[in-house]
Amino acid sequence: MATEKRVLFRSGWLPWLLLAPQGVVIAVFFYWPAAQALIQSFQMQDVFGLAVSWVGLDNFRTLFADPSYLGSFRITAFFSLAVAVSGIAISLALAVFADRIVRFALFYKTLLIVPYAVAPAVAGVLWLFMFSPTLGVVAWALEQSGIRWNPLLDSSDAMTLIVMAAVWKQISYNFLFFLAGLQSIPKSLIEAAAIDGAGPWRRFRTVQFPLLSPTTFFLLVINIVYAFFDTFAIIDATTQGGPGQDTMILVYKVYNDGFKNGDLGGSAAQSVVLMAVVIALTVVQFRWVEKKVQY
Amino acid sequence: MVERNPTLVVLGHAVMWLGLAVVVFPLYLALVAASHTPAEIIAVPMPLVPGGHLIESFRSALVGGSEGAGSTAPVARMMWISLVMALVITVGKIAISLLSAFAIVYFRFPLKNFFFWAIFVTLMLPVEVRIMPSYKVVADLGMLNSYAGLTIPLIASATATFLFRQFFLTVPDELVEAARIDGAGPLRFFKDVLVPLSATSIAALFVIQFIYGWNQYLWPLLVTTSEDMYPVVIGIKRMIAGGDAANEWNVVMATALLAMIPPALVVVLMQKWFVKGLVDTEK
Repeated sequence: MATEKRVLFRSGWLPWLLLAPQGVVIAVFFYWPAAQALIQSFQMQDVFGLAVSWVGLDNFRTLFADPSYLGSFRITAFFSLAVAVSGIAISLALAVFADRIVRFALFYKTLLIVPYAVAPAVAGVLWLFMFSPTLGVVAWALEQSGIRWNPLLDSSDAMTLIVMAAVWKQISYNFLFFLAGLQSIPKSLIEAAAIDGAGPWRRFRTVQFPLLSPTTFFLLVINIVYAFFDTFAIIDATTQGGPGQDTMILVYKVYNDGFKNGDLGGSAAQSVVLMAVVIALTVVQFRWVEKKVQY
Repeated sequence: MVERNPTLVVLGHAVMWLGLAVVVFPLYLALVAASHTPAEIIAVPMPLVPGGHLIESFRSALVGGSEGAGSTAPVARMMWISLVMALVITVGKIAISLLSAFAIVYFRFPLKNFFFWAIFVTLMLPVEVRIMPSYKVVADLGMLNSYAGLTIPLIASATATFLFRQFFLTVPDELVEAARIDGAGPLRFFKDVLVPLSATSIAALFVIQFIYGWNQYLWPLLVTTSEDMYPVVIGIKRMIAGGDAANEWNVVMATALLAMIPPALVVVLMQKWFVKGLVDTEK
Protein backbone atom coordinates (compact mmCIF):
# COMPACT_ATOMS: atom_id res chain seq x y z
CA MET A 1 0.00 0.00 0.00
CA ALA A 2 1.19 3.50 -0.77
CA THR A 3 2.19 5.47 2.27
CA GLU A 4 1.74 8.80 0.55
CA LYS A 5 -1.15 10.39 -1.29
CA ARG A 6 -0.59 11.73 -4.79
CA VAL A 7 -3.06 14.51 -4.25
CA LEU A 8 -2.67 16.59 -1.13
CA PHE A 9 -4.20 19.65 0.37
CA ARG A 10 -2.01 22.69 0.83
CA SER A 11 -2.09 24.70 4.00
CA GLY A 12 0.62 26.11 6.23
CA TRP A 13 -1.30 26.04 9.46
CA LEU A 14 -4.17 23.58 9.20
CA PRO A 15 -2.22 20.32 9.72
CA TRP A 16 -0.70 21.74 12.91
CA LEU A 17 -4.10 22.70 14.20
CA LEU A 18 -5.45 19.23 13.41
CA LEU A 19 -2.58 17.55 15.22
CA ALA A 20 -2.68 19.90 18.20
CA PRO A 21 -5.18 18.03 20.43
CA GLN A 22 -3.42 14.67 20.17
CA GLY A 23 -0.03 16.39 20.32
CA VAL A 24 -0.82 18.23 23.54
CA VAL A 25 -2.23 15.12 25.24
CA ILE A 26 0.72 12.91 24.39
CA ALA A 27 3.24 15.60 25.33
CA VAL A 28 1.68 16.40 28.70
CA PHE A 29 0.44 12.96 29.76
CA PHE A 30 2.84 10.56 28.02
CA TYR A 31 6.21 12.07 27.22
CA TRP A 32 6.54 14.43 30.15
CA PRO A 33 5.79 11.75 32.80
CA ALA A 34 7.91 9.18 30.97
CA ALA A 35 10.83 11.64 30.93
CA GLN A 36 10.27 12.31 34.62
CA ALA A 37 10.42 8.59 35.36
CA LEU A 38 13.64 8.35 33.41
CA ILE A 39 15.20 11.30 35.26
CA GLN A 40 13.99 10.18 38.68
CA SER A 41 15.44 6.75 38.13
CA PHE A 42 18.88 8.35 38.33
CA GLN A 43 18.02 10.41 41.40
CA MET A 44 17.57 9.85 45.08
CA GLN A 45 15.19 11.89 47.19
CA ASP A 46 15.51 12.33 50.94
CA VAL A 47 12.63 11.22 53.18
CA PHE A 48 10.99 14.63 53.31
CA GLY A 49 11.23 15.20 49.57
CA LEU A 50 13.30 18.34 50.13
CA ALA A 51 16.65 17.46 48.62
CA VAL A 52 17.38 15.54 45.46
CA SER A 53 20.74 14.19 44.47
CA TRP A 54 22.03 12.41 41.40
CA VAL A 55 23.01 8.86 42.13
CA GLY A 56 23.76 7.46 38.69
CA LEU A 57 22.84 3.82 38.35
CA ASP A 58 22.50 3.27 42.11
CA ASN A 59 18.72 2.80 41.97
CA PHE A 60 19.13 0.09 39.36
CA ARG A 61 21.92 -1.57 41.34
CA THR A 62 19.76 -1.62 44.47
CA LEU A 63 16.87 -2.94 42.42
CA PHE A 64 18.70 -5.85 40.90
CA ALA A 65 20.36 -6.70 44.21
CA ASP A 66 16.95 -6.87 45.85
CA PRO A 67 15.77 -10.49 46.11
CA SER A 68 12.14 -9.40 46.27
CA TYR A 69 12.49 -7.62 42.91
CA LEU A 70 14.13 -10.61 41.27
CA GLY A 71 11.42 -12.74 42.85
CA SER A 72 8.81 -10.47 41.30
CA PHE A 73 10.45 -11.04 37.89
CA ARG A 74 10.19 -14.80 38.34
CA ILE A 75 6.59 -14.54 39.51
CA THR A 76 5.66 -12.35 36.54
CA ALA A 77 7.33 -14.71 34.09
CA PHE A 78 5.56 -17.72 35.57
CA PHE A 79 2.23 -15.93 35.78
CA SER A 80 2.29 -14.64 32.20
CA LEU A 81 3.35 -17.98 30.74
CA ALA A 82 0.70 -19.82 32.76
CA VAL A 83 -1.99 -17.36 31.63
CA ALA A 84 -0.88 -17.43 28.00
CA VAL A 85 -0.46 -21.20 27.65
CA SER A 86 -3.59 -22.29 29.49
CA GLY A 87 -5.70 -19.52 27.94
CA ILE A 88 -4.55 -20.47 24.45
CA ALA A 89 -5.06 -24.20 25.00
CA ILE A 90 -8.60 -23.81 26.36
CA SER A 91 -9.68 -21.32 23.71
CA LEU A 92 -8.21 -23.40 20.90
CA ALA A 93 -10.17 -26.45 22.05
CA LEU A 94 -13.37 -24.40 22.22
CA ALA A 95 -12.76 -22.81 18.82
CA VAL A 96 -12.02 -26.15 17.11
CA PHE A 97 -15.32 -27.59 18.30
CA ALA A 98 -17.24 -24.37 17.70
CA ASP A 99 -15.94 -24.42 14.12
CA ARG A 100 -17.55 -27.84 13.56
CA ILE A 101 -20.87 -26.97 15.14
CA VAL A 102 -23.71 -25.64 13.04
CA ARG A 103 -26.64 -25.63 15.46
CA PHE A 104 -26.63 -23.09 18.31
CA ALA A 105 -23.33 -21.68 17.00
CA LEU A 106 -24.39 -18.05 17.49
CA PHE A 107 -25.72 -18.80 20.96
CA TYR A 108 -22.42 -20.38 22.06
CA LYS A 109 -20.38 -17.60 20.53
CA THR A 110 -22.45 -14.85 22.12
CA LEU A 111 -22.09 -16.29 25.61
CA LEU A 112 -18.39 -16.96 25.17
CA ILE A 113 -17.61 -13.33 24.34
CA VAL A 114 -19.30 -11.92 27.45
CA PRO A 115 -16.22 -12.17 29.74
CA TYR A 116 -14.42 -9.72 27.44
CA ALA A 117 -16.90 -7.07 28.54
CA VAL A 118 -16.42 -7.75 32.26
CA ALA A 119 -13.96 -5.37 33.89
CA PRO A 120 -10.83 -7.09 35.25
CA ALA A 121 -11.60 -5.76 38.72
CA VAL A 122 -15.11 -7.20 38.59
CA ALA A 123 -13.76 -10.52 37.30
CA GLY A 124 -11.37 -10.51 40.25
CA VAL A 125 -14.24 -9.93 42.69
CA LEU A 126 -16.29 -12.76 41.14
CA TRP A 127 -13.45 -15.26 41.44
CA LEU A 128 -12.57 -14.06 44.93
CA PHE A 129 -16.17 -14.72 45.93
CA MET A 130 -16.22 -18.26 44.48
CA PHE A 131 -12.89 -19.22 46.00
CA SER A 132 -12.99 -17.43 49.34
CA PRO A 133 -11.99 -20.01 51.96
CA THR A 134 -14.73 -18.93 54.38
CA LEU A 135 -17.76 -18.57 52.12
CA GLY A 136 -16.84 -19.51 48.55
CA VAL A 137 -18.93 -22.24 46.97
CA VAL A 138 -16.07 -23.72 44.97
CA ALA A 139 -13.73 -23.53 47.96
CA TRP A 140 -16.35 -25.41 49.96
CA ALA A 141 -16.65 -28.07 47.25
CA LEU A 142 -12.87 -28.44 47.18
CA GLU A 143 -12.79 -28.87 50.92
CA GLN A 144 -15.53 -31.52 50.76
CA SER A 145 -13.44 -33.48 48.28
CA GLY A 146 -10.46 -33.31 50.59
CA ILE A 147 -8.44 -30.57 48.91
CA ARG A 148 -7.05 -27.95 51.24
CA TRP A 149 -7.60 -24.54 49.75
CA ASN A 150 -6.60 -21.19 51.17
CA PRO A 151 -5.34 -18.48 48.81
CA LEU A 152 -4.80 -16.14 51.76
CA LEU A 153 -2.09 -18.38 53.21
CA ASP A 154 -0.92 -20.68 50.46
CA SER A 155 0.96 -18.97 47.67
CA SER A 156 0.34 -21.60 45.01
CA ASP A 157 -3.39 -21.39 45.76
CA ALA A 158 -3.19 -17.61 45.38
CA MET A 159 -1.32 -17.95 42.09
CA THR A 160 -3.87 -20.50 40.83
CA LEU A 161 -6.67 -18.08 41.69
CA ILE A 162 -5.25 -15.13 39.76
CA VAL A 163 -4.30 -17.32 36.78
CA MET A 164 -7.86 -18.69 36.61
CA ALA A 165 -9.43 -15.24 36.85
CA ALA A 166 -7.03 -13.82 34.24
CA VAL A 167 -7.59 -16.73 31.83
CA TRP A 168 -11.35 -16.56 32.26
CA LYS A 169 -11.36 -12.95 31.13
CA GLN A 170 -9.13 -13.59 28.13
CA ILE A 171 -10.92 -16.69 26.77
CA SER A 172 -13.28 -14.56 24.65
CA TYR A 173 -10.47 -12.78 22.90
CA ASN A 174 -8.43 -15.90 22.12
CA PHE A 175 -11.55 -17.79 21.08
CA LEU A 176 -12.61 -15.16 18.55
CA PHE A 177 -9.16 -15.02 16.95
CA PHE A 178 -8.86 -18.82 16.75
CA LEU A 179 -12.34 -19.12 15.31
CA ALA A 180 -11.56 -16.50 12.66
CA GLY A 181 -8.28 -18.30 11.92
CA LEU A 182 -10.00 -21.66 11.54
CA GLN A 183 -12.68 -20.24 9.32
CA SER A 184 -10.11 -18.68 7.01
CA ILE A 185 -8.53 -22.08 6.27
CA PRO A 186 -9.74 -23.09 2.79
CA LYS A 187 -12.33 -25.88 2.97
CA SER A 188 -10.64 -27.58 0.00
CA LEU A 189 -7.56 -28.34 2.13
CA ILE A 190 -9.66 -30.07 4.79
CA GLU A 191 -11.60 -31.97 2.14
CA ALA A 192 -8.42 -33.07 0.37
CA ALA A 193 -7.05 -34.41 3.67
CA ALA A 194 -10.32 -36.23 4.33
CA ILE A 195 -10.22 -37.85 0.87
CA ASP A 196 -6.70 -39.02 1.63
CA GLY A 197 -8.17 -40.80 4.63
CA ALA A 198 -7.18 -38.45 7.45
CA GLY A 199 -9.59 -38.53 10.39
CA PRO A 200 -10.64 -35.40 12.35
CA TRP A 201 -7.78 -35.57 14.85
CA ARG A 202 -5.17 -36.18 12.17
CA ARG A 203 -6.58 -33.30 10.11
CA PHE A 204 -6.36 -31.00 13.11
CA ARG A 205 -2.78 -32.06 13.88
CA THR A 206 -1.38 -31.95 10.36
CA VAL A 207 -3.49 -29.31 8.58
CA GLN A 208 -5.39 -26.97 10.87
CA PHE A 209 -2.94 -26.53 13.73
CA PRO A 210 0.09 -25.79 11.50
CA LEU A 211 -1.97 -23.32 9.49
CA LEU A 212 -3.01 -21.63 12.73
CA SER A 213 0.58 -21.05 13.83
CA PRO A 214 0.58 -17.32 12.95
CA THR A 215 -2.57 -16.86 15.03
CA THR A 216 -1.15 -18.91 17.88
CA PHE A 217 2.08 -16.96 17.95
CA PHE A 218 0.27 -13.65 17.74
CA LEU A 219 -1.98 -14.68 20.64
CA LEU A 220 1.02 -15.81 22.65
CA VAL A 221 2.51 -12.31 22.47
CA ILE A 222 -0.83 -10.59 23.10
CA ASN A 223 -1.54 -12.80 26.11
CA ILE A 224 1.88 -12.17 27.60
CA VAL A 225 1.36 -8.43 27.22
CA TYR A 226 -2.09 -8.83 28.75
CA ALA A 227 -0.76 -10.79 31.72
CA PHE A 228 2.03 -8.27 32.27
CA PHE A 229 -0.01 -5.10 32.16
CA ASP A 230 -3.75 -5.63 32.16
CA THR A 231 -4.07 -7.90 35.17
CA PHE A 232 -3.31 -5.20 37.73
CA ALA A 233 -6.98 -4.88 38.64
CA ILE A 234 -7.45 -8.65 39.02
CA ILE A 235 -4.58 -8.78 41.48
CA ASP A 236 -5.69 -5.68 43.35
CA ALA A 237 -9.17 -7.16 43.75
CA THR A 238 -8.07 -10.63 44.84
CA THR A 239 -4.65 -11.21 46.43
CA GLN A 240 -3.12 -7.70 46.46
CA GLY A 241 0.23 -9.27 45.84
CA GLY A 242 0.00 -11.63 48.80
CA PRO A 243 0.46 -13.87 50.63
CA GLY A 244 3.72 -12.13 51.44
CA GLN A 245 4.86 -10.99 48.01
CA ASP A 246 4.07 -14.23 46.23
CA THR A 247 1.70 -12.83 43.61
CA MET A 248 3.43 -9.43 43.37
CA ILE A 249 3.83 -9.09 39.60
CA LEU A 250 6.07 -6.26 38.33
CA VAL A 251 3.30 -3.79 37.58
CA TYR A 252 1.75 -4.31 40.98
CA LYS A 253 5.13 -3.84 42.61
CA VAL A 254 5.70 -0.47 40.90
CA TYR A 255 2.38 0.70 42.27
CA ASN A 256 2.97 -0.81 45.67
CA ASP A 257 6.49 0.58 46.14
CA GLY A 258 5.86 3.98 44.63
CA PHE A 259 2.29 4.79 45.58
CA LYS A 260 1.87 2.96 48.84
CA ASN A 261 5.43 2.97 50.20
CA GLY A 262 6.63 6.25 48.66
CA ASP A 263 9.94 5.00 47.27
CA LEU A 264 10.21 7.41 44.32
CA GLY A 265 13.66 6.58 42.97
CA GLY A 266 13.16 2.84 43.24
CA SER A 267 9.71 3.01 41.70
CA ALA A 268 11.03 5.17 38.84
CA ALA A 269 13.83 2.67 38.19
CA GLN A 270 11.21 -0.09 38.09
CA SER A 271 9.19 1.98 35.62
CA VAL A 272 12.22 2.29 33.37
CA VAL A 273 12.80 -1.48 33.48
CA LEU A 274 9.13 -2.01 32.58
CA MET A 275 9.44 0.43 29.67
CA ALA A 276 12.29 -1.70 28.37
CA VAL A 277 10.05 -4.76 28.67
CA VAL A 278 7.20 -3.08 26.75
CA ILE A 279 9.58 -1.90 24.05
CA ALA A 280 10.99 -5.41 23.67
CA LEU A 281 7.52 -6.96 23.50
CA THR A 282 6.32 -4.36 20.99
CA VAL A 283 9.34 -4.94 18.78
CA VAL A 284 8.75 -8.70 18.89
CA GLN A 285 5.12 -8.14 18.01
CA PHE A 286 5.79 -5.87 15.03
CA ARG A 287 8.95 -7.42 13.68
CA TRP A 288 8.41 -11.07 14.23
CA VAL A 289 4.72 -11.65 14.35
CA GLU A 290 3.97 -9.60 11.26
CA LYS A 291 6.78 -10.86 9.06
CA LYS A 292 8.20 -14.22 10.02
CA VAL A 293 5.08 -16.26 10.64
CA GLN A 294 3.25 -15.54 7.40
CA TYR A 295 3.19 -17.55 4.25
CA MET B 1 -18.25 -30.50 7.48
CA VAL B 2 -16.63 -33.24 5.47
CA GLU B 3 -18.09 -36.18 7.32
CA ARG B 4 -21.07 -37.01 9.46
CA ASN B 5 -19.88 -38.31 12.76
CA PRO B 6 -22.53 -38.32 15.48
CA THR B 7 -19.99 -39.03 18.24
CA LEU B 8 -18.04 -35.89 17.31
CA VAL B 9 -21.17 -33.78 17.17
CA VAL B 10 -22.13 -34.89 20.66
CA LEU B 11 -18.57 -34.40 21.89
CA GLY B 12 -18.55 -30.94 20.30
CA HIS B 13 -21.70 -29.86 22.09
CA ALA B 14 -20.38 -31.38 25.32
CA VAL B 15 -17.14 -29.36 25.08
CA MET B 16 -19.07 -26.20 24.30
CA TRP B 17 -21.35 -26.73 27.28
CA LEU B 18 -18.36 -27.34 29.51
CA GLY B 19 -16.80 -24.10 28.25
CA LEU B 20 -20.05 -22.23 28.74
CA ALA B 21 -20.38 -23.64 32.26
CA VAL B 22 -16.97 -22.23 33.18
CA VAL B 23 -17.72 -18.91 31.53
CA VAL B 24 -21.23 -18.50 32.88
CA PHE B 25 -20.92 -19.99 36.38
CA PRO B 26 -19.27 -16.93 38.00
CA LEU B 27 -21.94 -14.70 36.47
CA TYR B 28 -24.74 -17.02 37.57
CA LEU B 29 -23.33 -17.16 41.08
CA ALA B 30 -23.27 -13.36 41.22
CA LEU B 31 -26.95 -13.32 40.28
CA VAL B 32 -27.76 -15.94 42.92
CA ALA B 33 -25.82 -14.08 45.61
CA ALA B 34 -27.53 -10.81 44.72
CA SER B 35 -30.89 -12.47 45.26
CA HIS B 36 -30.24 -13.55 48.84
CA THR B 37 -29.72 -11.83 52.18
CA PRO B 38 -26.17 -11.44 53.56
CA ALA B 39 -26.89 -14.02 56.27
CA GLU B 40 -27.97 -16.63 53.71
CA ILE B 41 -24.77 -16.10 51.74
CA ILE B 42 -22.48 -16.51 54.72
CA ALA B 43 -24.10 -19.83 55.61
CA VAL B 44 -21.77 -22.45 54.14
CA PRO B 45 -22.43 -23.62 51.50
CA MET B 46 -24.44 -20.73 50.13
CA PRO B 47 -27.63 -21.58 48.21
CA LEU B 48 -27.21 -22.30 44.50
CA VAL B 49 -30.69 -21.33 43.36
CA PRO B 50 -31.91 -17.73 43.19
CA GLY B 51 -33.75 -16.36 46.21
CA GLY B 52 -36.33 -13.64 46.48
CA HIS B 53 -34.31 -10.59 47.45
CA LEU B 54 -32.92 -9.49 44.09
CA ILE B 55 -34.79 -6.18 43.88
CA GLU B 56 -33.80 -5.24 47.45
CA SER B 57 -30.12 -5.87 46.76
CA PHE B 58 -30.20 -3.77 43.62
CA ARG B 59 -32.05 -0.98 45.36
CA SER B 60 -29.69 -1.04 48.31
CA ALA B 61 -26.69 -0.93 45.94
CA LEU B 62 -28.05 1.89 43.78
CA VAL B 63 -29.09 4.09 46.69
CA GLY B 64 -26.16 3.26 48.94
CA GLY B 65 -25.97 3.24 52.70
CA SER B 66 -25.90 -0.54 53.16
CA GLU B 67 -24.32 -1.92 56.32
CA GLY B 68 -21.17 -3.43 54.83
CA ALA B 69 -17.75 -2.69 56.32
CA GLY B 70 -16.38 -1.08 53.16
CA SER B 71 -17.56 1.87 51.11
CA THR B 72 -21.34 2.29 51.04
CA ALA B 73 -21.58 5.10 48.49
CA PRO B 74 -24.55 4.97 46.09
CA VAL B 75 -23.83 2.95 42.97
CA ALA B 76 -26.23 5.01 40.84
CA ARG B 77 -23.76 7.91 41.08
CA MET B 78 -20.84 5.59 40.22
CA MET B 79 -22.67 4.27 37.16
CA TRP B 80 -23.16 7.84 35.98
CA ILE B 81 -19.44 8.60 36.46
CA SER B 82 -18.49 5.43 34.58
CA LEU B 83 -20.86 6.28 31.74
CA VAL B 84 -19.54 9.82 31.36
CA MET B 85 -15.96 8.57 31.60
CA ALA B 86 -16.45 5.81 29.02
CA LEU B 87 -18.27 8.08 26.57
CA VAL B 88 -15.83 10.99 26.84
CA ILE B 89 -12.85 8.66 26.41
CA THR B 90 -14.47 6.91 23.44
CA VAL B 91 -15.63 10.02 21.61
CA GLY B 92 -12.41 11.86 22.48
CA LYS B 93 -10.19 9.08 21.17
CA ILE B 94 -12.13 8.77 17.93
CA ALA B 95 -12.27 12.53 17.36
CA ILE B 96 -8.63 13.37 17.97
CA SER B 97 -7.45 10.29 16.08
CA LEU B 98 -9.56 11.18 13.03
CA LEU B 99 -8.07 14.69 13.04
CA SER B 100 -4.47 13.45 13.46
CA ALA B 101 -4.82 10.81 10.76
CA PHE B 102 -6.33 13.38 8.40
CA ALA B 103 -3.40 15.74 8.96
CA ILE B 104 -0.83 12.98 8.49
CA VAL B 105 -2.35 11.51 5.34
CA TYR B 106 -3.65 14.55 3.47
CA PHE B 107 -1.03 17.23 4.11
CA ARG B 108 2.66 17.65 3.56
CA PHE B 109 4.40 19.63 6.28
CA PRO B 110 7.71 19.66 8.12
CA LEU B 111 8.01 17.16 11.01
CA LYS B 112 5.20 15.03 9.60
CA ASN B 113 7.14 11.83 10.16
CA PHE B 114 8.22 13.02 13.57
CA PHE B 115 4.58 13.39 14.63
CA PHE B 116 3.71 10.05 13.17
CA TRP B 117 6.39 8.31 15.19
CA ALA B 118 5.69 10.34 18.31
CA ILE B 119 2.13 9.03 18.26
CA PHE B 120 3.30 5.51 17.46
CA VAL B 121 5.75 5.35 20.38
CA THR B 122 3.00 6.10 22.92
CA LEU B 123 2.01 2.45 22.40
CA MET B 124 5.09 1.66 24.43
CA LEU B 125 4.22 3.98 27.31
CA PRO B 126 1.10 2.55 28.96
CA VAL B 127 -0.01 4.08 32.28
CA GLU B 128 1.44 1.07 34.08
CA VAL B 129 5.04 2.09 33.32
CA ARG B 130 4.71 5.72 34.39
CA ILE B 131 2.34 5.58 37.35
CA MET B 132 4.00 8.00 39.77
CA PRO B 133 4.98 10.86 37.43
CA SER B 134 1.62 10.74 35.62
CA TYR B 135 -0.13 11.06 38.93
CA LYS B 136 2.07 14.05 39.75
CA VAL B 137 1.26 15.82 36.45
CA VAL B 138 -2.46 15.42 37.01
CA ALA B 139 -2.13 16.56 40.63
CA ASP B 140 -0.10 19.63 39.58
CA LEU B 141 -2.71 20.55 37.01
CA GLY B 142 -5.39 20.37 39.71
CA MET B 143 -7.23 17.63 37.84
CA LEU B 144 -7.59 15.08 40.68
CA ASN B 145 -11.19 14.04 41.35
CA SER B 146 -12.51 15.60 38.17
CA TYR B 147 -13.95 14.32 34.92
CA ALA B 148 -11.09 16.01 33.10
CA GLY B 149 -8.52 14.08 35.15
CA LEU B 150 -10.37 10.81 34.58
CA THR B 151 -10.62 11.20 30.83
CA ILE B 152 -8.23 13.61 29.08
CA PRO B 153 -5.00 11.72 29.91
CA LEU B 154 -6.55 8.59 28.33
CA ILE B 155 -7.84 10.02 25.06
CA ALA B 156 -4.61 9.85 23.08
CA SER B 157 -4.72 6.78 20.86
CA ALA B 158 -2.00 5.36 18.68
CA THR B 159 -4.15 2.40 17.62
CA ALA B 160 -7.08 4.53 16.50
CA THR B 161 -4.80 6.97 14.67
CA PHE B 162 -3.21 4.04 12.84
CA LEU B 163 -6.49 2.47 11.97
CA PHE B 164 -7.78 5.70 10.43
CA ARG B 165 -4.48 6.33 8.66
CA GLN B 166 -4.59 2.89 7.06
CA PHE B 167 -8.17 3.45 6.04
CA PHE B 168 -7.55 6.94 4.60
CA LEU B 169 -4.71 5.57 2.48
CA THR B 170 -7.20 3.28 0.74
CA VAL B 171 -9.60 6.11 -0.08
CA PRO B 172 -9.26 6.87 -3.83
CA ASP B 173 -7.42 10.10 -4.71
CA GLU B 174 -10.11 10.89 -7.26
CA LEU B 175 -12.38 11.87 -4.39
CA VAL B 176 -9.99 14.62 -3.36
CA GLU B 177 -9.70 15.82 -6.94
CA ALA B 178 -13.46 15.82 -7.33
CA ALA B 179 -13.88 17.71 -4.07
CA ARG B 180 -11.34 20.27 -5.18
CA ILE B 181 -13.02 20.80 -8.55
CA ASP B 182 -16.28 21.35 -6.71
CA GLY B 183 -14.52 23.98 -4.66
CA ALA B 184 -14.52 22.13 -1.33
CA GLY B 185 -11.70 22.97 1.09
CA PRO B 186 -9.94 20.40 3.27
CA LEU B 187 -12.31 20.75 6.22
CA ARG B 188 -15.34 20.39 4.01
CA PHE B 189 -13.81 17.29 2.43
CA PHE B 190 -13.08 15.87 5.87
CA LYS B 191 -16.59 16.49 7.16
CA ASP B 192 -18.61 15.52 4.08
CA VAL B 193 -16.52 12.77 2.52
CA LEU B 194 -13.95 11.25 4.83
CA VAL B 195 -15.91 10.96 8.08
CA PRO B 196 -19.00 9.40 6.44
CA LEU B 197 -16.74 6.94 4.60
CA SER B 198 -15.15 5.96 7.93
CA ALA B 199 -18.48 5.12 9.56
CA THR B 200 -17.85 1.37 9.88
CA SER B 201 -14.39 1.88 11.37
CA ILE B 202 -15.82 4.42 13.78
CA ALA B 203 -18.54 1.99 14.88
CA ALA B 204 -16.03 -0.81 15.42
CA LEU B 205 -13.70 1.44 17.40
CA PHE B 206 -16.59 2.75 19.43
CA VAL B 207 -17.36 -0.71 20.82
CA ILE B 208 -13.75 -1.50 21.69
CA GLN B 209 -13.02 1.90 23.23
CA PHE B 210 -16.26 2.02 25.19
CA ILE B 211 -15.33 -1.21 26.92
CA TYR B 212 -11.79 0.06 27.42
CA GLY B 213 -13.09 3.28 28.99
CA TRP B 214 -15.74 1.66 31.16
CA ASN B 215 -13.34 -0.96 32.51
CA GLN B 216 -10.46 1.39 33.38
CA TYR B 217 -9.12 0.63 36.84
CA LEU B 218 -5.58 1.73 37.55
CA TRP B 219 -6.01 5.29 36.28
CA PRO B 220 -9.19 6.11 38.26
CA LEU B 221 -7.58 4.44 41.26
CA LEU B 222 -4.80 7.03 41.08
CA VAL B 223 -6.78 10.17 40.29
CA THR B 224 -9.92 9.71 42.39
CA THR B 225 -9.68 9.93 46.14
CA SER B 226 -13.17 11.10 46.95
CA GLU B 227 -16.08 8.68 47.01
CA ASP B 228 -18.32 10.83 44.85
CA MET B 229 -15.93 10.55 41.90
CA TYR B 230 -15.47 6.76 41.93
CA PRO B 231 -16.37 4.92 38.74
CA VAL B 232 -18.30 1.74 39.53
CA VAL B 233 -15.29 -0.52 38.86
CA ILE B 234 -13.37 1.22 41.67
CA GLY B 235 -16.45 1.44 43.85
CA ILE B 236 -16.96 -2.32 43.90
CA LYS B 237 -13.39 -2.91 45.04
CA ARG B 238 -13.83 -0.37 47.84
CA MET B 239 -16.95 -2.17 49.08
CA ILE B 240 -14.92 -5.18 50.08
CA ALA B 241 -13.20 -4.67 53.39
CA GLY B 242 -12.63 -6.34 56.67
CA GLY B 243 -13.22 -10.07 56.24
CA ASP B 244 -15.90 -12.06 54.48
CA ALA B 245 -18.55 -11.85 57.18
CA ALA B 246 -18.32 -8.05 57.39
CA ASN B 247 -19.38 -7.50 53.80
CA GLU B 248 -22.85 -7.38 52.39
CA TRP B 249 -22.09 -9.76 49.55
CA ASN B 250 -25.54 -9.47 48.05
CA VAL B 251 -24.95 -5.75 47.52
CA VAL B 252 -21.41 -6.34 46.24
CA MET B 253 -22.69 -8.88 43.70
CA ALA B 254 -25.59 -6.65 42.67
CA THR B 255 -22.99 -3.95 42.03
CA ALA B 256 -20.87 -6.41 40.04
CA LEU B 257 -23.88 -7.17 37.84
CA LEU B 258 -24.65 -3.47 37.41
CA ALA B 259 -21.02 -2.82 36.49
CA MET B 260 -21.01 -5.45 33.76
CA ILE B 261 -24.43 -4.81 32.21
CA PRO B 262 -23.57 -1.75 30.05
CA PRO B 263 -20.36 -3.15 28.47
CA ALA B 264 -21.93 -6.61 28.07
CA LEU B 265 -24.92 -5.09 26.30
CA VAL B 266 -22.65 -3.13 23.98
CA VAL B 267 -20.65 -6.27 23.10
CA VAL B 268 -23.64 -8.54 22.58
CA LEU B 269 -25.83 -6.07 20.70
CA MET B 270 -22.99 -4.75 18.54
CA GLN B 271 -21.32 -8.14 18.12
CA LYS B 272 -20.49 -7.63 14.46
CA TRP B 273 -18.75 -4.30 15.10
CA PHE B 274 -17.05 -5.70 18.17
CA VAL B 275 -15.40 -8.53 16.23
CA LYS B 276 -14.38 -6.15 13.45
CA GLY B 277 -12.97 -3.75 16.03
CA LEU B 278 -10.94 -6.45 17.76
CA VAL B 279 -9.42 -7.63 14.51
CA ASP B 280 -8.78 -4.13 13.14
CA THR B 281 -7.15 -2.67 16.22
CA GLU B 282 -4.62 -5.50 16.37
CA LYS B 283 -3.20 -4.93 12.91
